[in-house]
Amino acid sequence: MSVKTYQAGVKAYRETYWDPDYSPQDTDILACFKVTPQAGVPREEAAAAVAAESSTGTWTTVWMDLLTDLEYYKGRAYRIEDVPGDDTCFYAFIAYPIDLFEEGSVVNVLTSLVGNVFGFKALRGLRLEDVRFPHSYVITCGGPPNGIQVERDRLNKYGRGLLGCTIKPKLGLSAKNYGRGVYECLRGGLDFTKDDENVNSQPFMRWQHRFEFVAEAVKKAEAETGERKGHYLNCTAPTPEDMYRRAEFAKELGMPIIMHDFLTGGFCANTGLANWCREHGMLLHIHRAMHAVIDRHPQHGIHFRVLSKCLRLSGGDHLHSGTVVGKLEGDRTATLGWIDLMRKRYVKEDRARGLFFDQDWGFMPGMFPVASGGIHVWHMPALVSIFGDDAVFQFGGGTLGHPWGNAAGASANRVALEACVEARNQGRGIEREGKDILTAAAKSSPELKAAMETWKEIKFEFETVDKLDVA
Amino acid sequence: MSEVQDYKSSMSDPTSRKFETFSYLPAMDKARIEMQVAHIVHKGWNPAIEHTEPENTLGHYWYMWKLPMFGETDIDSILGEAEACHKAYPNHHVRLVGYDNHAQSQGTAMVVYRGTVEA
Repeated sequence: MSVKTYQAGVKAYRETYWDPDYSPQDTDILACFKVTPQAGVPREEAAAAVAAESSTGTWTTVWMDLLTDLEYYKGRAYRIEDVPGDDTCFYAFIAYPIDLFEEGSVVNVLTSLVGNVFGFKALRGLRLEDVRFPHSYVITCGGPPNGIQVERDRLNKYGRGLLGCTIKPKLGLSAKNYGRGVYECLRGGLDFTKDDENVNSQPFMRWQHRFEFVAEAVKKAEAETGERKGHYLNCTAPTPEDMYRRAEFAKELGMPIIMHDFLTGGFCANTGLANWCREHGMLLHIHRAMHAVIDRHPQHGIHFRVLSKCLRLSGGDHLHSGTVVGKLEGDRTATLGWIDLMRKRYVKEDRARGLFFDQDWGFMPGMFPVASGGIHVWHMPALVSIFGDDAVFQFGGGTLGHPWGNAAGASANRVALEACVEARNQGRGIEREGKDILTAAAKSSPELKAAMETWKEIKFEFETVDKLDVA
Repeated sequence: MSEVQDYKSSMSDPTSRKFETFSYLPAMDKARIEMQVAHIVHKGWNPAIEHTEPENTLGHYWYMWKLPMFGETDIDSILGEAEACHKAYPNHHVRLVGYDNHAQSQGTAMVVYRGTVEA
């Protein structure tokens, strides 16, 4: 029996919430925060404060604390580590008992872990670097409605990455002209086209009209090419009711895939839509508008690997991941870390890739990472090499900017992809031999030849400037 | 920059019908097919041969040629079955599949002999 007595007042957080002897349980949710304390705040106190404010604690003792077993329910800061190369901050590892969270609710997990604590005055900055979701929590979540293998089976696409294109200009086209752009891309050999994220239902193109014209475009391209096609119909909407209405209409039209923006739409809407997709046999493409607001600052916010994990739990079949190409080597390493988190069944802790915990997804399906933004045919060898087959290579100008139009641009993309995959299967080093592979393929594809002339050669070299925390 | 060119593809032209992976590249000769068979064997996938009329590529289920060659790693035997299927159905598309039993799906699938298409 408890023999504690009530003593009003303020206790140091570390007396209750710093527990360096604690061994995390297999069922605990574990979090790694990068903590930048205010001057004069000791590390243990800052770490304990984060544990307290993101779990059971508040600034003062209250008598009702004694009505429960806080020793069981509290979060515990159990380890502190230096951040390599930055002595203004440190890593705090915190363990939370699984009972603190509603089952199947990414919303609830985030409300605790990245709630009030992020405005806490004793801290100058706080960044959630990684979260270990225990398998016992993972299986309470719905996850991707279909997953990589089911999508491949539905669409009959094997042994290669998938190709997409975002229709531009992103705003201002009428629905009928927009559908033209879709049809041209798909008949030229792409698997998907995409609504840009800010295409919702504006006065110049209401969603019903867009869906109808796009459906005709998709169906005609399928009949013409004999291949399965899709357009990510953006169902992101001002209210859940509107969102579901759009999703239902897409299904009525026989379309295979819809789209949602998980951060601006929110996790509640996203999880609901993912559940709807699972029930209705629809694929779900997820865009990440607003992510950079949350994940870009190295000392405050939430790292993208955590957002990726949360989305895999909430549900989505595709998620934008960044392209790597043209950026820095550190990005490549870190990106490889979070695309593993999207696709694999089990991902080991690997600090060199920014992974702070083992993550066991059990039977939860994986998602296609989507490499989108500024890519064209010259990037294809690097993309195939970095991402392998289980990815969507999402063009924009790299298809639409072809001098002969979208169909020729699409065909150039497809020929480049297939040439790289064939060479990769033959055991050739496709990043090193990229130019030869593309040049040879262009001999039988005037479309690819014109694309290569338009965008010229880019170099497949990467600077080694690491954006991960290293000394 | 060259003159703008028309992209030739239409409902009325059967040669516009594609058949997924590698169908945008020129038809493979024997040496190229052999390297893709070797890739399937190297990945540890189970090779299989399927075929269909060129106008019926969109369906998920093509005709199976015998059964998948479970455990077969001899490249010549696999090529031999693909050739035998092609001889038996010279007007059909013949597809080489690598079944990945860990992913419970196809690791790859590609048409290695192209059927006759009346343009």
